[in-house]
Amino acid sequence: MERKFWLSTLATCNDAHLTSLWQKFGIEVNFTWLRKPEIGSIMCQGKIGVTGNNFNFGEVTITRCQLKTSQGKIGHGYVQGRNKHKAEIVAICDALMQTNKRDFLIKNIIRPLVVSDKNLKKDVMSKSESTAVDFFTLVRGET
Amino acid sequence: MYVAVKGGEKAIENAHNWLSEIRRGDVNVPNLEIDQIKEQLTLSVERVMSEGSLYDTDLAALAIKQSRGDLIEAIFLIRAYRTTLPRFGTSPPIKTEDMVCMRRISATYKDIPGKQKLGPTFDYTHRLLDFSLLAEGNIPKAEKRKVLKEKIPHVLRFLNKEGLIQKEKNNNYQPKDITRNPLEFPANRSERLQSLSRADEGFLLALAYSTQRGYARNHAFVGELRIGYVKVKYNIPELDIEIDIAEIIVTECESVNQFQGSKKTPAQFTRGYGLTFGQLERKAVSMALVDRALRWKEIGEEFVGAPAQDEEFVLSHCDNIQATGFLEHLKLPHYVDFQSELELVRRIRKEYEKNK
Repeated sequence: MERKFWLSTLATCNDAHLTSLWQKFGIEVNFTWLRKPEIGSIMCQGKIGVTGNNFNFGEVTITRCQLKTSQGKIGHGYVQGRNKHKAEIVAICDALMQTNKRDFLIKNIIRPLVVSDKNLKKDVMSKSESTAVDFFTLVRGET
Repeated sequence: MYVAVKGGEKAIENAHNWLSEIRRGDVNVPNLEIDQIKEQLTLSVERVMSEGSLYDTDLAALAIKQSRGDLIEAIFLIRAYRTTLPRFGTSPPIKTEDMVCMRRISATYKDIPGKQKLGPTFDYTHRLLDFSLLAEGNIPKAEKRKVLKEKIPHVLRFLNKEGLIQKEKNNNYQPKDITRNPLEFPANRSERLQSLSRADEGFLLALAYSTQRGYARNHAFVGELRIGYVKVKYNIPELDIEIDIAEIIVTECESVNQFQGSKKTPAQFTRGYGLTFGQLERKAVSMALVDRALRWKEIGEEFVGAPAQDEEFVLSHCDNIQATGFLEHLKLPHYVDFQSELELVRRIRKEYEKNK
């Protein structure tokens, strides 16, 4: 599993879900802050007509922090929204993913988050599919 | 000149206390929770995020509660908060081709790869009040159907292939951020779209409607409207790794407009583009129509003096926070300025009487 993947999963996961998983499986870690959680924003861009030039679309709130564990691993916590506690959990996870706790975290934290996001998207897509207007068969009549 | 007044602190404090009380309403009615606003007034929340130009559902819901449901006041609160945030960077453009669509329709083609999917729409409802909502009625469950193909390609790609529609220009223009640099005229289309994306929905709707009624008519079709989830990417500077840092709901509208051609180029459709936070269909379509109207010069159309063609007029008046700020300041004490005008009018009248 690449760092890009787990950081993406953690950044966009449901806050409450991550917090409850962390309460259940979280690992006590001693760390010092390199950067305490801070709230800011990023400017999100769009593309004119999907393929044209970029334009500034609007901002999204972000919380970020960095920490160093007593093992000397550096963890980055970048998350959507304004949840400082979540950013801290993500930074600790990121640091632990660089240690022998990796498999444990993948199994108990990362995978469940991935699965629940997949299910959510599947839910949206299958509901959307049920609203598909099948003009084609309607016109053809399938005789 | 505006001359300040002093005093009135107690009255102001009392007024604000009453405001708090009246905001709460009848205390026998349960207090409105932020989560209820977030979950049940989603389209208000999304409008506040769009015009506040900040995607954060919690903050938008809070702003709606604080403002007693006055959405422009709520947008004002979001804009004010936004200015306090440090900017961590800029995302590469979102990829709407990868959108997980809730809704995706085309008014130009009926048979399209990825199908017409109505999604959770008000379209085709009868606009009759649903009295079952007064009671805790039974909510019908959304149906589900197996999804065979996940990718939903953009409809206009097909027109593009045949060369029937103008290609979007892409010269890697680096857009200026209008929240950091004041808008200058003539504006680039990128800055125009940033401005329109955070513009007042009602203003855009009125302008778009005016083009439909003949003030710079551009004969629009909704080539495609799609609403759904997209990922926002961000390069973590310390790691140089690009991650999905956020996921947002957006509405995108691509309009297909009046074609034109000349002796040199065969006839081609033209296009307009609308993109908004949240599920804001009316605004996204309006935005595409206004974007198209503003492109008259680039497309080689005549300026007929229509408001929707006038870039300076549109962009200077589309921001409801600027507008309401200037308008509402009229309610603040202007005693001194008015006094001076009063004296001037009296003097002029006296002279008039004398010379009569």
